[in-house]
Amino acid sequence: MHWFKFLNQQIIRLPINMNYTMEKAANMIVDNSTITKEAESIVVRFSGDSGDGMQLTGMQFTETAALLGNDLSTFPDYPSEIRAPIGTIAGVSGFQVHFGSKEIFTPGDEYDVLVAMNAAALKVDLPRLKKGGVIVANIAGFDKKNLGLAQYPAGVNPLEDGSLEDYTVHKVDITKHTKDCLSASGLGTKEIERSKNMFVLGLLFWMFDKSMNSTVKFIEEKFSKKPEIAEANIKTLNAGWDYGDNTEIFNTRYRVNPAKLPKGIYRNITGNHAAAIGLIAAAEKSGLPLFLGSYPITPATDILHELSKYKANGVKTFQAEDEIAAICSAIGASYAGNLAVTTTSGPGMALKTEALGLATMLEIPLVVINVQRGGPSTGLPTKTEQADLLMAMFSRHGEAPLPILAATSPSDCFEMVYEACRIAVEHMTPVILLSDGYIANGSEPWLFPTEDKLRPITVSFLDKPNGEEGKLLPYKRNEKLVRPWIKPGTKDLEHRIGGLEKQDETGNVSYDALNHEKMVGIRAAKIEKIADSIPLVIVDSGKEKAKLLVLGWGSTHGSIKTAVREAIAEGHDVAHVQLRYINPFPKNLAEIFKGYDKILIPEMNSGQLLQLIRAKYLVPALGLSKVQGQPFTTTELKAKIVELLK
Amino acid sequence: MAEATIEQDNKLTSKDFSSSQEVKWCPGCGDYSILKQVQTVFPNLGIPRENFVFISGIGCSSRFTYYMDTYGMHSIHGRAAAIASGVKAANPDLSVWIISGDGDALSIGGNHFIHLMRKNFNLNYLVFNNQIYSLTKGQYSPTSEKGKITKSTPYGSVEEPFNPSELALGAKASFVSRTLDRDPKHMQAILKRAHEFKGTSFVEVYQNCPVFNDEAFFAFSDKETKKEEALFLEHGKPLIFGQNDEKGIILEGLIPKIVNIKENNISLNDLWIHDEKDKTKANLISRFFDTLFEGEHFPRPFGVIYADERPVYDEEMTRQINDVNAKKGKTSLNKILSGDKTWQIA
Repeated sequence: MHWFKFLNQQIIRLPINMNYTMEKAANMIVDNSTITKEAESIVVRFSGDSGDGMQLTGMQFTETAALLGNDLSTFPDYPSEIRAPIGTIAGVSGFQVHFGSKEIFTPGDEYDVLVAMNAAALKVDLPRLKKGGVIVANIAGFDKKNLGLAQYPAGVNPLEDGSLEDYTVHKVDITKHTKDCLSASGLGTKEIERSKNMFVLGLLFWMFDKSMNSTVKFIEEKFSKKPEIAEANIKTLNAGWDYGDNTEIFNTRYRVNPAKLPKGIYRNITGNHAAAIGLIAAAEKSGLPLFLGSYPITPATDILHELSKYKANGVKTFQAEDEIAAICSAIGASYAGNLAVTTTSGPGMALKTEALGLATMLEIPLVVINVQRGGPSTGLPTKTEQADLLMAMFSRHGEAPLPILAATSPSDCFEMVYEACRIAVEHMTPVILLSDGYIANGSEPWLFPTEDKLRPITVSFLDKPNGEEGKLLPYKRNEKLVRPWIKPGTKDLEHRIGGLEKQDETGNVSYDALNHEKMVGIRAAKIEKIADSIPLVIVDSGKEKAKLLVLGWGSTHGSIKTAVREAIAEGHDVAHVQLRYINPFPKNLAEIFKGYDKILIPEMNSGQLLQLIRAKYLVPALGLSKVQGQPFTTTELKAKIVELLK
Repeated sequence: MAEATIEQDNKLTSKDFSSSQEVKWCPGCGDYSILKQVQTVFPNLGIPRENFVFISGIGCSSRFTYYMDTYGMHSIHGRAAAIASGVKAANPDLSVWIISGDGDALSIGGNHFIHLMRKNFNLNYLVFNNQIYSLTKGQYSPTSEKGKITKSTPYGSVEEPFNPSELALGAKASFVSRTLDRDPKHMQAILKRAHEFKGTSFVEVYQNCPVFNDEAFFAFSDKETKKEEALFLEHGKPLIFGQNDEKGIILEGLIPKIVNIKENNISLNDLWIHDEKDKTKANLISRFFDTLFEGEHFPRPFGVIYADERPVYDEEMTRQINDVNAKKGKTSLNKILSGDKTWQIA
């Protein structure tokens, strides 16, 4: 639809160096018709009340951008209250999407376009709108009541007082237009109100020259049983588009061409979704039934939701009565021969520690996914943080080292979950995978693999006694120090295991002093040996020798990569390494460190990897901490890099 | 249960269920009797030995697992029910037995206990109730009587105890029973019933701790008092007790009353006939514990208080998987990897 309009439009290509900011449209107008500018990348922030549907709007916009070939990165940023009081600052829910015709690694430090559905949204999100950026404001959200709720002084309306003169402001009465559009629909006021996000979406699709087909299809499917609602939403969506098309105030459109990404077939994916698929893939490739024991907790719950859809594939999901039962049921399922998983976030992780000790002692496979959030205690449930690394490392009583993996991006959650499963079953150990709210909810295009490209996962169950004279030795180890997996129900292999210390090989209870020391050593050596089966670390950006190495882990990958690349482009002697395997560390890490004068470790905590690296490698690494519930911006990282290279 | 039956020629004996590990309970502990009865009953259940799994928590009771030559896991305190749920969900063909104590099941594991009753996995849950913490050397437990003097309550406990059968019924248990260590035949019969019942079979076993709480249940097993203090339930039979079976229980509305059968010339048919499937009556029977009905003291019930089968979790879980699979079919891994919306970059 609407394609004929393009014929009258003029496309002006912006010079490359201007692509980061959108120039004022006024400079570009050739005549009175709408112009279309090409941009290399754009950041849009949808911001509104928790009930305004900004997450859905953002996701639909993202999906379309992805389908049209843009590279992108998203950042849903929402409050922990489901519905904070309407119109308040506490209730502002944002969805940020950065899309481009170049490679995109972060959701962007600042945005080009801010959609503000009410005064509170503008107040919260204006500080990170680029100077010269575009504001689309819903006038209905700036009445006296809303201005008061947003804590603007009496009589002050930012839309009217000239305070926004550095920006291009489009004042649109979205609420009224939606009502007008649906006045004959027969829908109630509430349902009509609820459609206003579709008006915004239609308008944004027009602004960015994007087809609405995908969203139309989405609406039709979502409301297949309520055709009147589907019709209303589609009508409002079109009304938004037409508003942009017909109103002279919108005289500029922006086109972001498809990105030049590696060839192949892509899909858009969030970290939690990728984690769920990773588990299914690992189950299929290992031939093991998949069992998830989980208790709902933000921001990990979507993995439970997603896996629960796959009953037809035999996936067993068990919503346990608490976090402890969640991991314990998984331990039971693993003992019985399933690929067993538990998913949680920090507070739940704290509750699982005793059971993790048991799984360590039993030496059975178990995958524990911790989607980190701000802590301690309830902390910042919907905000991101990387502060559970030391907990993952040390939080068992006694000495109980475990493999720790960390995903670096939404799609990397697939790969690292798959790796966690492989290591768990091939090394008979619990494995902790660290994700976080930022990559769990954020999304990016994913050049997904096909089944045949996935690394094999080798599983074997013992089926006959493994000792002399038909004796069973449940803790007899192979060259990797791995004991056999023995399924209950296997004839002649009846045996008992438990949390008490075991005699070497027989697994019988032993309180012998030297045996205990030996077993502590064996369990640690077993984890160390995993280093033989994980990839060596490679330099992500920059050279193998430089003045400065920026060493990150997990979800900071995109921000660090962008900052380091920009610094290199500006002539700085810096390189980037991102860790995905944290225990054990890749074998060549010490060697890598030798190539650099200084090491900087940025983390969304107060310096946890920093402690581990300093302790193990005795290098004078420096830390850069951010503990604000928000990811690093490229600017922050680059400033530190430049400072250290002075 | 769906377990395969074993062939007659390799008939199992109780010895087949004794592990090589030395049994290390205190001399005179009630646990020895329970172990013996389990080892006596098991060979005759028709289940191959490798299909039995014991899951225990922590406490004297939970060492049980090490002494059975079956599969077993001695786990962590209070969590056996949760672990057993996972075992049964993963493999419904196994015969799963949880071994726990009053502290393990009802204190630290209380949450798992109630939720397991509600979820109704098809497994068996034996709680060895000795009304004391023994492995930590004598503190009151959630089943200790109020006023109990222990090391942690030198002036007496101020807490009301749980009535385990009432708790289980309140948590929607489908099978609630009680037996005691000093009545081997009764225990064997209850174990067999628990095994045969499809659902979570809760068996409370009164178990004497000779070291920290000796003779707590003496009144129910001693010749002098047993007939007066214990009420043995049988489905379809009247509630009768007393030295010469002269006492019966009748129900007037919802008030149980003790009557003398011979003195009042009461027909057995007029007595309360035990119906295992009657939840209202089971609730009343479970309260023959510390409730005085119109000031009267009632004998403690033993046997199957309540048993009414309903769908079990593990079968429901499997059924749902099969139903959805039949309706939608399995999605190929490649399809899951690609999802519904893709685009190509050429």
